[in-house]
Amino acid sequence: MIHFEEEQFVQAYYGEVDENTRRHLQECAACGAEFARLRDLLDSVRDYPVPERESSYGSDVWARLAPCLGPQAPPPKLRPAWFRWWILAPALAAFVVVVFVAGIVTGERRTGISARSRERVLLMAMSDHFDRSQILLTELVHANPGSSGLMAQREKARELLTENRLLRQSAVHMGDVSDADLLDALDRVLLDFANGSSTSPPDNLAALQQRIDNDALLFKVRISGADAREKGQKL
Amino acid sequence: MEWTDAVAADEARKGNQYAFRVLVERHSRSIFRLAFRMTGNEQDAEDLVQETFLRAYKQLTQFDARSGFSTWLYRICSNCALDLIRARKRRNEQQPYSGDQFPLHWLDRVASPGPSPERLTQSKQITGQVEAALQRLSETERLAFVLRHYEGCDIEEIAATLGVQANAAKHSVFRAVQKLRRALEPAWGVAAR
Ligand SMILES: [Zn+2]
Repeated sequence: MIHFEEEQFVQAYYGEVDENTRRHLQECAACGAEFARLRDLLDSVRDYPVPERESSYGSDVWARLAPCLGPQAPPPKLRPAWFRWWILAPALAAFVVVVFVAGIVTGERRTGISARSRERVLLMAMSDHFDRSQILLTELVHANPGSSGLMAQREKARELLTENRLLRQSAVHMGDVSDADLLDALDRVLLDFANGSSTSPPDNLAALQQRIDNDALLFKVRISGADAREKGQKL
Repeated sequence: MEWTDAVAADEARKGNQYAFRVLVERHSRSIFRLAFRMTGNEQDAEDLVQETFLRAYKQLTQFDARSGFSTWLYRICSNCALDLIRARKRRNEQQPYSGDQFPLHWLDRVASPGPSPERLTQSKQITGQVEAALQRLSETERLAFVLRHYEGCDIEEIAATLGVQANAAKHSVFRAVQKLRRALEPAWGVAAR
């Protein structure tokens, strides 16, 4: 008698069986036992629970989502700390880079700052930078050509660009290829936007919006910001 | 008007935000469930839910009513999950795993009005083992398995979701089951084949 291969058991578990297979499983003790073992295991795996969500979950998701949808919707609320950080940020990032790079060059003993502290400061600066970039990108994605806010956003883009390059340099030093790549992608978008003049044709903005979309840049920035914050807080 | 998925999607495509809201409210929970099983992490799952609906909104004109709306959403969610898992993987390859890097297991944060402490401990243990085993799958294997095992998708749907041939989808499910068996059978005291 020809017994089943492992793959056939798996197919049988998910109901992809013909009459012959079904009969063989009933009649052959060896295959029947093997199938029962697989079935028990896969049934147990089915118990893998998912955290409960309230019945109002759909409305909650909508409430978070709605402000990000249409161009007519306002951009997400700024964090209260935004304004202060905005002014301090480039100087702070420069300081972080100096501290960080100095640590690499001269070693821990001379700077008196441990590698752990340096990494923590860098991660927190990184997460803040991603947060602010996220806000700018969101505004950018929803901007209309010729809208009055574009000039102010260009100014922000220039400031973010300086900070972005310093942080990228630090990420490279740290061997953090993933963040360095993301900062690189961000650099290109910030640069193009910052350099566009107020009279640039509308399709430049559309192309930029398309690029942000194609690269899923907003999503990556959001995830990396959250990751950096979480890691920084744990250090 | 009865807001079936097809009607609501069609209305949303014309710019009717209320229609899109109907779809978001209807599908949020199932997308969250899918996202959680794909990532094993509550915060990631929330991010994926948000990103899935954002992408869906932007791509509404590409929605073909012949495929169901939920299948289409699953596909978008799977793609978002692939992006996320790949980004994470690259990050973790650079920064080797240390136990405390990972967030507290969500069960640890849940107040337990229902199950007894023993039941909770046992279920936490099983969940932990399953999650650890799922972590060892490749991203495609994990997605294929989640869609097959938990969401009841057939091979054609999985293939469409992952953008691969049916045979490749079938093989991913098989590889996933095989790896789960190798990982879980010894831990659960089942004699391996
Ligand atoms: Zn047999």
